[in-house]
Amino acid sequence: MKILVCISKAPDTTTKISFTDGDTKFDESGVKYIVNPYDEWYALVKGLEIKEAHGGTVTTVTVGTAEDEATIRKALAIGADDATRIDVKPEDGGQVAAEIAHFAKEGGYDLVLLGKETIDYNGSQVGGMLAEHLDMPFISLAESMTINGTTATLDKEIIGGIQTVEADLPLVVSCAKGMAEQRIPNMRGIMAARKKPLNVVPSSNAAKQTSFEKYALPAPKSAVKLIDPNNMDELVELLHNEAKVI
Amino acid sequence: MSVLVYINSNGEKLAKSAFEVVTYAKKIGEVTVVTNGKADDSKLAQLGKYGASKILVDRSFDGIDEQQIMRMVATAAEKVGANTIIFSDDLIGKAVAPRLSVKMNAGLITGANGIPKDDGTVPVSVFSGKAFGFVKVNTDKKIIALLPNSIQPEETGSEATIEEFAGNAGDTRVKVKETKLPDGDIPLPEAELVVSGGRGLKGPENWALITDLAEVLGAATACSRPVSDSDWRPHHEHVGQTGVAIAPNLYIAAGISGAIQHLAGVNRSKVIVVINTDAEAPFFKAADYGVVGDAFEVLPRLTEAVKKFKASN
Ligand SMILES: Cc1cc2nc3c(=O)[nH]c(=O)nc-3n(C[C@H](O)[C@H](O)[C@H](O)COP(=O)(O)OP(=O)(O)OC[C@H]3O[C@@H](n4cnc5c(N)ncnc54)[C@H](O)[C@@H]3O)c2cc1C
Ligand SMILES: Nc1ncnc2c1ncn2[C@@H]1O[C@H](COP(=O)(O)O)[C@@H](O)[C@H]1O
Repeated sequence: MKILVCISKAPDTTTKISFTDGDTKFDESGVKYIVNPYDEWYALVKGLEIKEAHGGTVTTVTVGTAEDEATIRKALAIGADDATRIDVKPEDGGQVAAEIAHFAKEGGYDLVLLGKETIDYNGSQVGGMLAEHLDMPFISLAESMTINGTTATLDKEIIGGIQTVEADLPLVVSCAKGMAEQRIPNMRGIMAARKKPLNVVPSSNAAKQTSFEKYALPAPKSAVKLIDPNNMDELVELLHNEAKVI
Repeated sequence: MSVLVYINSNGEKLAKSAFEVVTYAKKIGEVTVVTNGKADDSKLAQLGKYGASKILVDRSFDGIDEQQIMRMVATAAEKVGANTIIFSDDLIGKAVAPRLSVKMNAGLITGANGIPKDDGTVPVSVFSGKAFGFVKVNTDKKIIALLPNSIQPEETGSEATIEEFAGNAGDTRVKVKETKLPDGDIPLPEAELVVSGGRGLKGPENWALITDLAEVLGAATACSRPVSDSDWRPHHEHVGQTGVAIAPNLYIAAGISGAIQHLAGVNRSKVIVVINTDAEAPFFKAADYGVVGDAFEVLPRLTEAVKKFKASN
């Protein structure tokens, strides 16, 4: 089983968001980057579980610059066999998907796993795009997956419920909560990661299709109105007459 | 300009998001809706009232397979010459829109939360609701996925023609074995009112405090991450950075501290009510209304107050 896991970096979840250059750029000064949680906790660990059950290899792929290598090493420390970095700054989902597709086309992967979304731009774009480039089915927001021979059975989130689906490999799957249990890298894993291959390949110069022209922060909230805990009639009255939400 | 809108018409009723996307598209151009399945004409005709001029229905399949829907939407776009295609940024939109983007070479904007501005940029929600971005598409064709509850549906009082059409949806490579729809529950991303509980509620045996209030309000229920991690509540109720992101009109949070990762999923709510024993809990900074008090006493009182209000209104 050849498994490809798409790994991106994301600002640490406690990052204070601000912008520079006349609000046209995300201010990266002092920002700590982590592996995007969905990629690390669910996509990568699911890949490892499948490898442990069925044999095979887990390769990670990242579209990014040399600055991404710390997060890539973390993925190797958790247990991926090898990593590839496509050497270009990611600018939009379309570009990232085309770059990964170019790399994955010749790889003969049985499974391509991604996170549900990156937590900075929250695009949920790359998985579906990649599936179309590779002409594979795309199972989005999977919460569980088992493999039987060349068939995968998955539970995926649908509006208001859960659907159990079955499809033949190869497949592209985006992974949501429930897919796997987060793993913490141990010392041995961290040492081993230093010796694992991190291949850098040139970009295929895929074009971006969209651009962020400007950013803005939401207007600051006005101070909270405190209500006497013994007077819930007042709260209901305010929700009805002032906030007009009930 | 011709604008195409995909809607899912499978449910018992059309979802509010269907009216939202039609309203949104109407602000951009002449609206054609494309859908599939067995929905009867009277149900589809409602979309006319919100500005759709034409509705194309493919009766040959009724699933939500992402490849079939993608092919059908591409066929419809060609037929009506639409360069702009609108989806609801829901679980179907998230699976279909990216595929279509590659197929049509159309730039994709997801997470849209407002109508396009005069300079052509579309406002989107980024950094898990902590900021807005304004995105431009550099291709001729574009696809926009609109977050549920971002705009209010507006009736225009017009009428739509309904036309059966062949969307060339092709085969599906994904077999549906089972669909579980818990009945009576309001899907969280669609809900206008949400009541949510955190670790402050101490255990699953106390959840009637939350569900009773939700029931009298007609609200959906949600929870913080530790609550679903401990299996007090199902996974799909977990809101936040790593859970579902929601934007209801009203979010009532009881026994939740308001960690930044929790706020990331709920900060687009229009009105936030926080109930917490700790006056210093960070959530109060993000709240519109706050009750410093014990959820075990405050929630039953609030439930009674809502009952009283409902009875007299
Ligand atoms: C990478 C990452 C991602 C994360 N993603 C998410 C996410 O998506 N969603 C999420 O929710 N969390 C997320 N978290 C966890 C988050 O940081 C917090 O730990 C979590 O939100 C805390 O949950 P809580 O408020 O229910 O519990 P606690 O922090 O334990 O707070 C309980 C609160 O209840 C109050 N309380 C206690 N008793 C009562 C009472 N009787 N009546 C009223 N109030 C009472 C307390 O004062 C306290 O404020 C994430 C963390 C990380 C590191
Ligand atoms: N630069 C990148 N390199 C590799 N994988 C990526 C990159 N950006 C996004 N992905 C993958 O695509 C998923 C969805 O990302 P997005 O479409 O940006 O929300 C992520 O969870 C990753 O698995």
